[in-house]
Amino acid sequence: MAKRFIFIIIIIALLIGSVVLVGYKAVPPLVIIASMVATTIAVATPLTLGALSGVFCERSGVVNIGIEGMMLAGAFFGWLASIYMNSIFGFSATPSILMGVLAALVSGGLFALLLAALSITFKTDQIIGGTVINILAIGVTGFLNRQLFFEKGSVFGGQVPHAPGVLPRLHIPITELFQQWCGANTGTCFTIGESLNKIVDQKPIAISAIVLVFVSSYILFNTRWGLRTRSVGEHPRAADTVGINVYFMRYANVIIGGLFAGLAGAYLTLESVPSFEPLMTNGRGFIALAAMIFGNWTPIGAWAAALLFGSAQALQINLQFFRELIPPNLAFLQQSYVVGLTPYILTMIILTGVVGKTTPPAADGQPYVK
Amino acid sequence: MQGSETKEKKTPGRARQLFRSALDAALVPFLAIFTALVIGGVIIALAGGNSIQAYVGLFEGAFGSPKALSETAVWATPYIFAGLAVALAFKGGLFNIGVEGQLALGAVAAAWVGYALPGLLGITIPAIIHIPLAIGIGILFGAIWAAIPGALKAYTGAHEVINTIMMNYIALNTVSFLLNGPMKDKDPNNVSARTPEIALTARLPAIFPDLRVHWGFILALIVAWLVWYLLWKTTLGFEIRTVGANPDAAKYAGINVKKLIVLTMAFSGALAGLAGAIEVIGLNYRHELGFSIGYGFDAIAIALLGKTHPLGVVLAAILFGGMRNGATRMQFLTQIPVDVISIIQGLILLFVAADEIIRYIYRIKVKEERLVLTRGWGG
Repeated sequence: MAKRFIFIIIIIALLIGSVVLVGYKAVPPLVIIASMVATTIAVATPLTLGALSGVFCERSGVVNIGIEGMMLAGAFFGWLASIYMNSIFGFSATPSILMGVLAALVSGGLFALLLAALSITFKTDQIIGGTVINILAIGVTGFLNRQLFFEKGSVFGGQVPHAPGVLPRLHIPITELFQQWCGANTGTCFTIGESLNKIVDQKPIAISAIVLVFVSSYILFNTRWGLRTRSVGEHPRAADTVGINVYFMRYANVIIGGLFAGLAGAYLTLESVPSFEPLMTNGRGFIALAAMIFGNWTPIGAWAAALLFGSAQALQINLQFFRELIPPNLAFLQQSYVVGLTPYILTMIILTGVVGKTTPPAADGQPYVK
Repeated sequence: MQGSETKEKKTPGRARQLFRSALDAALVPFLAIFTALVIGGVIIALAGGNSIQAYVGLFEGAFGSPKALSETAVWATPYIFAGLAVALAFKGGLFNIGVEGQLALGAVAAAWVGYALPGLLGITIPAIIHIPLAIGIGILFGAIWAAIPGALKAYTGAHEVINTIMMNYIALNTVSFLLNGPMKDKDPNNVSARTPEIALTARLPAIFPDLRVHWGFILALIVAWLVWYLLWKTTLGFEIRTVGANPDAAKYAGINVKKLIVLTMAFSGALAGLAGAIEVIGLNYRHELGFSIGYGFDAIAIALLGKTHPLGVVLAAILFGGMRNGATRMQFLTQIPVDVISIIQGLILLFVAADEIIRYIYRIKVKEERLVLTRGWGG
């Protein structure tokens, strides 16, 4: 594990360093670093939550490649619920968005229930089951999106109504504190405070994702529930013999996984941008799976890997600010296309196992027959 | 988990037995389609449409006239190739979700051969060379793009499911970059991301005047037969199926499993690349961004509905092609968005994959061995 953490730290440092190199003439390095770290944490949120979804499913023995679909469902239904609450039932913005988050969780959980039924009760090939989830989610969200918003006879008369917005950024007054300490509104001391604030001030789902990483880790490795979950994923026959209900544990954990994936979807439409587009998850569910594998099926490892992918995405976003400053010999970086490929290529490199082999739970992907 | 081959017994009533087993094999897919259509009908009714009218429209639009049939064949052509690509990989125990990307790369490569190569060489290439060349390059790019995750699987154990998906994103981003940049149609009237039109010498002719169905459809049928021949009549095909059924047994039988994994993926990608190339030289005469969205996922459904058998794939592809084609008329008649077809197709896949649900609803006893298609992350 240590080898992998070092790899992650080196790559993140390299990615941040390259942005600093490009932009240091225009903006103080400290500000750039803070901006990169802040963006990394934010954009890693759906990956972190997706990876946690995978950890719970696979620790209990169910391979979940349907995270992408559950995330998409969460994004769409969360957004849809927030709009309904806001423009049809007349709730104000914040309660509408919170109801949206709830709807996202429920829809993620329902798709997970379907996956659980397929793979646990009907013993379908689990990778096919996950693919079914993905295809159904694309179909359902695409159909409803068109039917509800773009058809003349629909509730909204062929117009996408105004979404109630996104969750607010939480503010912790570090800058103000530093202002008092430094006694000035400028200078390095003040910039440090400001930069720290930039990193710490995240939105609610991003913060809950980090909290959930540690909560999940505690549950999996320090509670009876966690022990039972892991035992049905490693050796269901033995677990069954000592009286653990294998089917119940698997169902419960897959549904918990669905809640995580739904929350990841909520991040996309209720925290990041207030709009939905078909296929907007754009592979995040699969990258999250790679993060889970790289993190060796542990919450904290998966989070570290998610941050790695997040920083690759943050690189693309932050380089946009400094487009004009990129020197000619690094002109290829101007093509956001080239930088945009980084997460995908990183995923493939990581999966080759050059940075350490990982071991899945022993009964991962195998249906249990009593 | 072990999959096993169905044994063919040489008994007197073999023809009858074959017929019976074909009927048995078709029963679950048929009921899956039926159940999905019933649920689809409920969804259409809930959305405020007339389900009967919608399905009549769907059928008319798909098979109701020579033009409808021609358009269905046009839709079915890439579906046959792409479905065969997924089915072939399944036979070798591999899940190729990367058909989408392989298809797009094959299409863009064939388009380049079609529009740029004559100018580059400064000659007019005769059709007899130009068409095979465009197809060949399309196949090559598709094959290479699939062989990469194949090699990663064989030599590092990295699971092909995630890698083919990653290769999809890399391919689609690359194609989008090419079509917006270096390969963009320079025509002053053009605002979309597309290549210039390919030369006349690179185009596949239509079969009938006034109808769009082209020789690519016939080629697809021939290729389906070739895939069947490869899988069941050659040593290589036997090896592919053995590796798919039980890689450990294959290894002990002296088969080079690693080489076969790469080869199977390359074959699969070749078929996907062929799908893209044929779309360009037979139908669109250029590659345009977004034309192929969704073929990859549809191909998985088609391969599973066809029970990974080439004949089944052809039938499933014609069904899916018909649904996509007829959906336009359905929307015209009932104002139900064409996207409802995606839900119905998803449901078909659901019921085919989880055939226990179908067996439970219709009380069918299990007669055949379960199809084991993929395994967990361990390979």
